[in-house]
Amino acid sequence: MDIFIQQVINGLVLGSIYALVALGYTMVYGIMGLINFAHGEVVMIGAMVALTVISMLSDSGLPGIVIALIGLGAALPVCMGTGFAIERIAYRPLRRAPKLAPLITAIGVSIVLQNLAMLIWGRNYHAFPPILPTSEHEIFGATITGLQIAIIVIAALMMAGLILLVQRTKLGRAMRATAENPPIAQLMGVDINRVISLTFVIGSALAAVAGLMVSANYSIAHYYMGFILGLKAFTAAVLGGIGNIAGAMLGGILLGLIESLGAGYIGDLTGGFLGSHYQDVFAFFVLICVLVFRPSGLVGEKVAERA
Amino acid sequence: MLEVTGLRVAYGGIQAVRGINFHVAEGEMVALIGANGAGKTSTLKALARLLDAAGGSVRFRGKEITNLVPHELVTQGIALVPEGRGVFPRMTIVENLQMGAYCRSDQAEIEADIERMFSYFPRLKERARQLAGTMSGGEQQMLAIGRALMSRPKMLLLDEPSMGLAPIMVQKIFEVIRIVASEGMTTLLVEQNAKLALETSQRGYVMESGEITLSGEASALLADPKVRAAYLGE
Repeated sequence: MDIFIQQVINGLVLGSIYALVALGYTMVYGIMGLINFAHGEVVMIGAMVALTVISMLSDSGLPGIVIALIGLGAALPVCMGTGFAIERIAYRPLRRAPKLAPLITAIGVSIVLQNLAMLIWGRNYHAFPPILPTSEHEIFGATITGLQIAIIVIAALMMAGLILLVQRTKLGRAMRATAENPPIAQLMGVDINRVISLTFVIGSALAAVAGLMVSANYSIAHYYMGFILGLKAFTAAVLGGIGNIAGAMLGGILLGLIESLGAGYIGDLTGGFLGSHYQDVFAFFVLICVLVFRPSGLVGEKVAERA
Repeated sequence: MLEVTGLRVAYGGIQAVRGINFHVAEGEMVALIGANGAGKTSTLKALARLLDAAGGSVRFRGKEITNLVPHELVTQGIALVPEGRGVFPRMTIVENLQMGAYCRSDQAEIEADIERMFSYFPRLKERARQLAGTMSGGEQQMLAIGRALMSRPKMLLLDEPSMGLAPIMVQKIFEVIRIVASEGMTTLLVEQNAKLALETSQRGYVMESGEITLSGEASALLADPKVRAAYLGE
């Protein structure tokens, strides 16, 4: 039983991170029908920038949480700027092009960012300095660290904030209007280029936070980490119903739980034939199942043709 | 107030509007009628900057607006009620109305205007928190008109407000259009229902294959044998 609880906790932590990244995919898709495959690299850049700053300050004597916040403070503007630049350079010129064109540039941007990161930070794994307190708490016979609690709580707060932004503010209304019908939104006076830019910037801010969380949680970061993480977050967004914000959150948490529980029990279930290193398989098994059986996702609806 | 000269609109090589001239004076309601495919909606879309004009000029209150960025049009004082209504289906009635007031920041006045729209269309008030996509076509048309008025426009462009609606709904909607016009709103009404449009307007233009072929007082057009034969089914 305590193993089960432990895997649920691990799954929630992982799922919170997936959810934050999945939001970036789903918001961009919702507003312009584009899969921004470079989004995983924005997470990676966030992790690398935060980790670099944190490593430099790790001997400064400042409290660990302050160092982490400074690292995040550095990662946020870099990621937001990257997201903004990606849209301006790679997607805006192709706004009226066939759907396949921006998909190809997305992959191109992803490769460029990966290689750029490799040139800056090298091919090595970077260890996350042990600056954060490693307090452990007992819960139903399982342990949860202070960091894990922080990840779950911060992710939940950010998601709540995003829902408030989208549902309750004028900017949120403009975003939803642009997602539903761009020409009509323009008629209302919405500068849709600005709304699209802001969507990328907000998604990238979430990615920066997720980047710091991933590198702190696994104590590691490297230039290639964005690829697989991005694919999984994309899977989470599809699982929830791409374009749907609540769906991305649900999909992220579910995917984290599926992976974590799957990895925890696959050894027992297959008599030791398959081990927990098959964890990644679950995400893509889920992706295939969703695409075959419920392409609109769990909470997504069939998108009606625009009138 | 609105001055259109030599306006042309083309889709690829096909000319939908072939250099038309017309004007709408302040406080006036003008009908643009014609058969399906005559170029009425293309004209309106070019005015509303949803389409680029291939040539000609559009002046509004003395200012050239032919090449305006689309989202700036509403701040100039023009609001379009688009063909097919174009409400935001997954937003509530109130949110749709708030979108109409997107360029305004006078929160108290916006609230008051929402109440005013509810008094024009009591049906909208009953459904204030409902998603627009769940409403009937007629109710959506009411919402689209209300949303356009929320920007406090100086001029209203109406594209086929009667299209696809039950006669009783058409009546209700035109009642409000008449009220708004009587309060001094400058209005350009594009309609396939020529009789209704001319009965509601002071002047009219008849469009055929991208050109304006007739124009004049609405009552004169209504009596014109050519108009009666072609558009009134007589």
